[in-house]
Amino acid sequence: MKQRDIKRLSLILLFAPFALWILLLIVLPHLGMFYISLREKVAPRTYEFGLENYINFFAEPIYWNTLIRTGSMSLLVTVLALLLGFPIAYYIAKIAGHRSRGALFLMCLIPLWVSDLIRAFGWILLLRETGIISSSLQWAGLVSTPVEFLYNDATVIMGLVYTVILFMIVPLVSTLDGMDDAMVEAGYNLGGNGPTVLRRIIIPYAMPGIVSGCIVVFMLTAGSYLTPILLGGKNSSWFTEQIYDQFITRYNWESGAAFGFLLLAFTSLVVWGGLKLSGQTLNSTVARS
Amino acid sequence: MIMKLAIAGLLATTVMAAVPAQAETLRLLTWGSYAPEELVKKFEAKYPDITVEVTFSNNEEMVAKLRATGGAGFDLAQPSHDRIFAVQQEYNIYKPMDLSKIDTSVMEPKLLDGVKANTTIDGEVYAVPHQWGTSGLMANKTMAPDVKAWGDLCDPQYAGKTSMRLRRTILLGMAFDMGEDPFAAYADLDKYQEILDKVADKLIACKDNLKAYWKGGDDLSAMMMSGEIVASETWDSTAYKLYAENKDIVFVPPKTGALAWIDTFALPRKGEADDAAYKWINFVLEPENVKIMSASTGSRASVKGAKDLLPDDKKAAVNAAFTDEDIANLKFFANIPAGVEDMEGKTLEKIKAATGSE
Repeated sequence: MKQRDIKRLSLILLFAPFALWILLLIVLPHLGMFYISLREKVAPRTYEFGLENYINFFAEPIYWNTLIRTGSMSLLVTVLALLLGFPIAYYIAKIAGHRSRGALFLMCLIPLWVSDLIRAFGWILLLRETGIISSSLQWAGLVSTPVEFLYNDATVIMGLVYTVILFMIVPLVSTLDGMDDAMVEAGYNLGGNGPTVLRRIIIPYAMPGIVSGCIVVFMLTAGSYLTPILLGGKNSSWFTEQIYDQFITRYNWESGAAFGFLLLAFTSLVVWGGLKLSGQTLNSTVARS
Repeated sequence: MIMKLAIAGLLATTVMAAVPAQAETLRLLTWGSYAPEELVKKFEAKYPDITVEVTFSNNEEMVAKLRATGGAGFDLAQPSHDRIFAVQQEYNIYKPMDLSKIDTSVMEPKLLDGVKANTTIDGEVYAVPHQWGTSGLMANKTMAPDVKAWGDLCDPQYAGKTSMRLRRTILLGMAFDMGEDPFAAYADLDKYQEILDKVADKLIACKDNLKAYWKGGDDLSAMMMSGEIVASETWDSTAYKLYAENKDIVFVPPKTGALAWIDTFALPRKGEADDAAYKWINFVLEPENVKIMSASTGSRASVKGAKDLLPDDKKAAVNAAFTDEDIANLKFFANIPAGVEDMEGKTLEKIKAATGSE
């Protein structure tokens, strides 16, 4: 009896930090935001309850166009990060020797030690019209006039892929690491060629890592603020910028809060759709990897 | 996640000084260069029992921070004069000032009266002036000698070589450029919407002419110094800083008048160190301290004879930019009535979302 009490107590103590964290830092602020998002400003210091803020979003094409733009660019970033990250992860987990593996992993981690902001400024120095790449190209005689690489969507996508690719590589390495080399050998022994082995053995095995990597990368990208703002040009709007503008420059917390919830709903919907399309569930992937 | 990032952004601009126990703390919410280290040290030496804690911010974020707490967390704030009246009516975040505690005799009467007129609610004054400056144009004389008006930023001969900040300043400037008076139209919001629509069309057509929208003084300076752009909308203090490094880059008051702003002192409603706040206000109004302050901000203080208190290089930059006629032509930002932020915000969104004429 006494031992059961101790067991229960330790369970409660172990669970408490997590529960407090979820409740105080996630659930409560979101409830507050939800409450604000349902207030309509009628006059100074007077508010009414209603869905006006949400209706405004759907009535104004600029808003939902920006959300769709943000969503599709985030998907593109996710796909690119997967295509680039998979070979790297495979090399680290399966091909590299034991000693070099740690070093390679560390090299992937190092950029993360520097803040987002500094990394974005690094790109700006490289890519601007009078920047290093443009002047080297001129010096090499490949172009005759300065080239501006900054301020367009391609730069934003590249910057985002660079920022988030690590979050793709880490789960992939940890899943691929657990794969027995014998499975790949068996695949070849049974007459499979490279692509078949990749498609029928490696990818199915890596699926949990792929799915959790994609979810993390997509969420991070859709919610990122600095990179799209700093690298983006005069036509590139990002939904988080819209939320910031509502909150800060327009003093309109009500619609900013509504936008925040719409972004949350939209990204959750995309993740749910992705899981359905690929026939995966959260239990079989993220919880396992 | 989004809010976390936004907050991380806010925090990145925040600098906190270490706080010893016991002493009274003056928590100052102000602009980037408005609390130079030298001046803070001098103040703390003069009042050893007061510690100054500085948070750097901008107009919009100051209001947002104070609104979040109902005016708590800071003892002295420095929003511009047009961010007091409507903000106070709507969010109640400031408290009235006791002018008898401030040495108003050293202030430039025109500016003091202007700010008082703009920030009086129910007979109570909510702000006094501190630094003032203008928004206008900046041009590299050798490459863009003809830039004289807001509209010249859209001149095709400078295609791809101009910039502006996509904020309300350029809306107002462009409205003046098109022969309208936006401040007069604040009284009639339908009329103001008409003006905004015209301005939006103009700025959307102008988009192809721009290299990029600048977001802060640093990226504007980098583009201008490297010659990537030859003309831009700017704050005068940014232009003066560049003038110190390159005499070809000058501030150009637009022919319709540079837009003038006054940054003020205002007391947050739940501030806890009013006396220390008044001490700081009087302290930075002392002539030798005005000098230190102006050297840091690049703007003029609202005290009598402020121009003579500017450091020599800044004085030269001002003289290169302004004639007395330009000073007389200044357009002071009018109080922003409720609702205008929303109208302007929508217009800015429309411009940002438009893909130009490609």
